[in-house]
Amino acid sequence: MDVRIAKVRKEFDRFPALHDVSLDIHSGELIALLGPSGSGKTTLLRLIAGLEMPTDGRIFFGDIDASEKTVQERNIGFVFQHYALFRHMTILENVSFGLKVRPRSSRPPAGEIRRRAMELLDLVQLSGLEKRYPNQLSGGQRQRVALARALAIEPGVLLLDEPFGALDAQVRRELRKWLREIHDRTGHTTVFVTHDQEEALELADRLCVMSQGKIEQVGTPDAVYDTPSSPFVFGFIGESSELPVTIGSNELLLDGRSVGLPASSGTSGPARLFFRPHDVELTDDDAALAGEVTASRRVGGTRRVEIEIGNNGQKVEIDLPFDHPAGQRSRISFRPRRWRLFDVKPQA
Amino acid sequence: MARNFRSPTDESQPVQLLLIGLSLTFMALFLVLPLWAVFTEALKEGLGVYIASLQTPDAQSAIRLTLLVAAIAVPLNVVFGVCASWAIAKFEFKGKAFLITLIDLPFSVSPVISGLVYVLLFGAGSVLGPWLKSFGIEVLFAVPGIVLATIFVTFPFVARELIPLMQDQGTGDEEAALSLGANGWQTFWRVTLPNIKWGLLYGVLLCNARAMGEFGAVAVVSGKIRGQTTTMPLQVEMLYNEYNGAAAFALASLLALLALVTLVLKSVLEWRFGDELAASGGRH
Repeated sequence: MDVRIAKVRKEFDRFPALHDVSLDIHSGELIALLGPSGSGKTTLLRLIAGLEMPTDGRIFFGDIDASEKTVQERNIGFVFQHYALFRHMTILENVSFGLKVRPRSSRPPAGEIRRRAMELLDLVQLSGLEKRYPNQLSGGQRQRVALARALAIEPGVLLLDEPFGALDAQVRRELRKWLREIHDRTGHTTVFVTHDQEEALELADRLCVMSQGKIEQVGTPDAVYDTPSSPFVFGFIGESSELPVTIGSNELLLDGRSVGLPASSGTSGPARLFFRPHDVELTDDDAALAGEVTASRRVGGTRRVEIEIGNNGQKVEIDLPFDHPAGQRSRISFRPRRWRLFDVKPQA
Repeated sequence: MARNFRSPTDESQPVQLLLIGLSLTFMALFLVLPLWAVFTEALKEGLGVYIASLQTPDAQSAIRLTLLVAAIAVPLNVVFGVCASWAIAKFEFKGKAFLITLIDLPFSVSPVISGLVYVLLFGAGSVLGPWLKSFGIEVLFAVPGIVLATIFVTFPFVARELIPLMQDQGTGDEEAALSLGANGWQTFWRVTLPNIKWGLLYGVLLCNARAMGEFGAVAVVSGKIRGQTTTMPLQVEMLYNEYNGAAAFALASLLALLALVTLVLKSVLEWRFGDELAASGGRH
């Protein structure tokens, strides 16, 4: 089901949590709401669910205006960060709950409920554990029960709030892959909230990057990673290094010297240069970014080198292969292969 | 090495023995001895006298009244306690801190004053008393007054037990139930109530014990009309003042027995459902 969020604003006690947010979620896609804490991503998810009511704006499920509907009427599946499993019920009872509480007219017979719950437990690979209680399961297993429980009511939209937030790194990676597989099999429109950019990039069809109650950028992982639309997105998604530069007549200048990067015509004056530490090439050219190595450390298969550049002692980081001879040098010249320029922050 | 190792938080043997000995002596002196005295005194003149003194019309009336008062006060306080702790734990509203303080009020006020409040409210010189009397409703020196005073004195028990429990549990389970399509009523009966049932039961036991044993507040409002408005604790005191030791202690032993039954019930519950209690204590 399509979900359309139209100019939604949310205030808590006059404190704004979301400012006029609009977002189109396509039927069947897996979209990530990504942002630091306090960016409003969880608020947006809870608004879609109907667990919060918007101060202003509308939310559409398909063509139907769902803004005034209660959480029960929206038919959503919600997975909570801390699972929120009913501790006094067995796993099977947890998964059947949503079907058992239906009014008599739409409730399937008991045998059918049981059959469907068992089917879902099979889907989340927990067959055989149906008689256990939640506190007898591991964190990863509990989250899978929570997902099965949410899927049992055949929701139009599946909403997950930091679903892997409380799990350790190993389990997170497994569950991530597994969630993607489930999504590909069941095809539910799925929205999940995360502050983990790696998780979002790996899992989602599209990302919606949020900051301070606003949407910064919406796009595929490739688009967001390769062409970030703002300094915030560049800094938040992936590794980044930043330098203050000046746009000259047709090239970029640092402290009045050319750095060997062309500038698009039109604008001139101060700007912020962003690039990825791994997306650089070493050069002997004079027109380059050059500086003293101040620190160097091994990060997995690469060596991350911190370089002090320019008169103001700006520090940037670049990655070299761990056995590259330049790693021993005290002075390095390089150029970013890809980069982006942004305007200087108004207040800065 | 290992044989000399002692956990840093363990005390040495003499200190341990001293602490255990002190607690046991204290318990024996202040708890077991009086209890034992009650029962020996009650049975001093033989089992026949004991049973006979419990079968006098006045004793029977006191027992019936006590049971009646508890049967009204406890359910009312259960409803009130669940409502109040639900409101405090699950909503944000103005005056919440004030409400929490108010709930504690009966604990901090002397029971005698709790009783006097009702005398002021419903007495002959008040506005409410004569007005109600014109409809033929007697509050003071009658059963309604005793029930009111008992409710007042015992209302913190259930709420006090539930508020921390419900605050700790938060609203996550309720949100999950609602998102799965349950209505408010289903959410309460199937999710909230099972989550708090042990705390609730414990609160009910304490509330009941106090409702049956309350003396001060009830003494003020009851008027002590023998056979009509005397509860068990009042009857015990009256019999004792009349130097009717055997009868007084017989009735007192019944009250003491109630305390013991409460204690045993609580222990049985903890033993029988210990795992479940531990599991529902915190978030899993």
